[in-house]
Amino acid sequence: MIEQEENKQQKNDRIKSRLILNKPKNNEESINTSKENIKIECKDIDFHYGTNHALKNVNLQIMENRITALIGPSGCGKSTFIRTINRMYEHVVDTKIEGTIHLDKENVLAPDYDVTELRKKVGMVFQKPNPFPKSIYENVIYGPRKHGLKNKGQLDLIVERSLKKAALWDEVKDRLHTSALGLSGGQQQRLCIARCLAVDPEVLLMDEPTSALDPIATLKIEDLFQALREEYTIVIVTHSMQQAARISDNTAFFLNGEIIESGLTDDLFTKPKDSRTEDYITGRFS
Amino acid sequence: MNKKIKQKEFIIEKTLLLFAGITIITTIAIILTLFGESFLFFREIPIWDFLTGTTWAPTLKPRSFGVLPLLVGTLMVALFSSIISLPLGLGSAIYLSEYSNKKARKVIKPILELLAGIPSIVYGFFALTFITPIIKQILPQTEIFNVASASIAIGIMTLPMVASLCEDAMMAIPDSVRNGAYALGSTKMEVALKIILPSTATSIASAFVLAISRAIGETMIVAIAAGQSPMLNFNPLASIQTMTGFMVNLSLGDIQQGTIEYKTLFAVGAMLFMITLIMNLIAKGILHRNKVRY
Amino acid sequence: METFQQKNIRKRKLKNSILHIVLASIIVFSIIMLLLLLYQVFSEGLSRLSWSFITSMPSRFPDRAGIASALAGSIWTIGLTIIFSVPLGVGTALYLEEYANQKSWWTKLLQLNIANLAGVPSIVYGMLGLAVFVKFLHFNRSILAGALTLTLLILPVIIVASQEAIKSVPSPLKEGSYALGVSKWQTIVGVIVPYAAPGILTGSILAVSRAMGEAAPLIMIGAAGYISFLPKSPLDSFTVLPIQIFNWTSRPQAEFAEIAAAGIIVLLVLLLSMNAIAIVLRNKYQNRMD
Repeated sequence: MIEQEENKQQKNDRIKSRLILNKPKNNEESINTSKENIKIECKDIDFHYGTNHALKNVNLQIMENRITALIGPSGCGKSTFIRTINRMYEHVVDTKIEGTIHLDKENVLAPDYDVTELRKKVGMVFQKPNPFPKSIYENVIYGPRKHGLKNKGQLDLIVERSLKKAALWDEVKDRLHTSALGLSGGQQQRLCIARCLAVDPEVLLMDEPTSALDPIATLKIEDLFQALREEYTIVIVTHSMQQAARISDNTAFFLNGEIIESGLTDDLFTKPKDSRTEDYITGRFS
Repeated sequence: MNKKIKQKEFIIEKTLLLFAGITIITTIAIILTLFGESFLFFREIPIWDFLTGTTWAPTLKPRSFGVLPLLVGTLMVALFSSIISLPLGLGSAIYLSEYSNKKARKVIKPILELLAGIPSIVYGFFALTFITPIIKQILPQTEIFNVASASIAIGIMTLPMVASLCEDAMMAIPDSVRNGAYALGSTKMEVALKIILPSTATSIASAFVLAISRAIGETMIVAIAAGQSPMLNFNPLASIQTMTGFMVNLSLGDIQQGTIEYKTLFAVGAMLFMITLIMNLIAKGILHRNKVRY
Repeated sequence: METFQQKNIRKRKLKNSILHIVLASIIVFSIIMLLLLLYQVFSEGLSRLSWSFITSMPSRFPDRAGIASALAGSIWTIGLTIIFSVPLGVGTALYLEEYANQKSWWTKLLQLNIANLAGVPSIVYGMLGLAVFVKFLHFNRSILAGALTLTLLILPVIIVASQEAIKSVPSPLKEGSYALGVSKWQTIVGVIVPYAAPGILTGSILAVSRAMGEAAPLIMIGAAGYISFLPKSPLDSFTVLPIQIFNWTSRPQAEFAEIAAAGIIVLLVLLLSMNAIAIVLRNKYQNRMD
């Protein structure tokens, strides 16, 4: 507990230092990419939606137990991109994808890669909280139950563990069997995260998870990410550069379906290599 | 495990496809049975005699298969019922969408739905035991079974359909259009007649055609109240026979497959099917031809 | 002195009031017609309504006639119709909304075909039933043939209503389920159908009440008018309430008009209670979801 507090303190300091863009980089804090595990490796992704060429030759490495933020103006392809990682695009007609996405060395875009397995490993949280119109309990066990788990004791355990991890347990433990739609927006979103965690994923995809929430609820969820980072690999799409700077380790900047620049968040925000990145992060971009 | 799920998914998808296919099979079966038997019918009765003959006596000797009396009877019922259903349905729609407030709508709409949900056999009973005596009191020369009574009942029955279709079209017009006119000082009547009516004209026309088509296919009311005498006359107070009325009347007896009666039944049925199908397609065509978008 | 403008405005307002009155009286006309219809039925039939009327077989003597066999026939036919038509209709709607490619010619053909079937007169379905179920498949004039005929008749209504209900399921809910690795059918069972259930239910019950009031298609397939036993299996011959009412209405004697009206009261009560059940179930489902 104390250790966590310290971590938080450290993190806060880091965040503060990051936001002062000219501050020279502390070497101890800088993370050496080569020592980390690559969790997901996307190579030469081209994605067509109808006649729209939505992703153009996208290459990106996503590191294990890190938070990777995807930023860029709306319509730049960042949301489209995370939907390729768990193959959600398959539910939209008229899409075409080329390239490879390796998750733990296996190409998930290969036709024989089972999409159920993929989505169990790669969870997703959406822009607007989308709890099912069922009870809180039912929401959390929805995934495990559909995947064949029937034991009541085990399900109870999963509910408690998932809600605790999503930092929601204390708020809802006395009303697990009431409707999820009675929760506040921020609670609903944390429930959606718990629902994801219940199927034991390794990667969490977040599509602008706080854009529909107020600042206090947003802060809670951002804190949650720091805790989840220990166990999960997180990819977050955000329209807020401040959020990316606050919470992420790595950042990729998307523009018109291409990745213009990617790398350590600190580097990208302090010394962008591309002038377009600089324009965007300094707000000169429309 | 996953292979099992995939197999299950595959089987389910194909099963649902089969379910959907039943609707196509239904249409094919309707066409095959109606036109198959009609084909046999027209091998015995020249199609020209059927369409232009003025005497309908398929069961009595000497037999005669001129369908005009049935056709005229049907069209008379359709015409007279539309005199009630079209203007009153349209009027109700205008009232609901332009004049009434929310509270009134909440009362009126269920009443119209109830009116639409009453079985036609009940309307038939109402026509024979209530409307006919009233008409007879006013015009004593009226026959017990007559076109007018059945038409009034059909008109009341199809009124809610016209009202609901027209109202849907009117409600689809955004309030900004109305407000523009009100801001210029228009009265509700001017908005309704000069703005709402013209811009929903195609939907209204389509609703009218559908209502007439419904009246042509309506069976039990005419079977009960319009009579069973296939005479070629244009008197709304006299007894006639419609295509549907004939079909019911013939079916009440025992008819054997292969007889001329059986084939006649299908020939008339095929004609009824063709007329209503063409009208429904026209209704759809009107709607698609000229859609106003907001 | 009134100016020209003032006169004009007064005229326009007067016209508007006249139209308002005309339209309001149209609505009043509809309401009066409904009341007259109910009054006519109840004033004729109420005195004939009794327990023995419901439990007796039809008879040549109006005083002894009852609706037992017709009521049993209606319940049998409608029961089977529900069993056939609801799964078929909801399944087709699920196929069209969740599986079919919306842009393909096949889907468009299906949609057009369903819309056209909805406009086919009920008596034509009777002819189809006569040719296919009674003669071709040799079900004879049985409850089964009647139920299958009514199934085809109300199928388009159930499909269209279910499609509307399924369309109303928000896509984020479906995505939420798919994103957990849940398969399509499991998502349909777990999220889509529960959400769409009130709409499906309302549409189905409306369609089934339509089937319950239909006489013409069943007369076409030869559902006999005079049945003096209770059907015991789907292959028994039968009659239904609307046909029984039709038979009595066609008799010239006033007594038969009265028992026809009594039969109508029973039919209307059945239809109304079905709709009441629909409303109760719909509210229950909706409460569970909010």
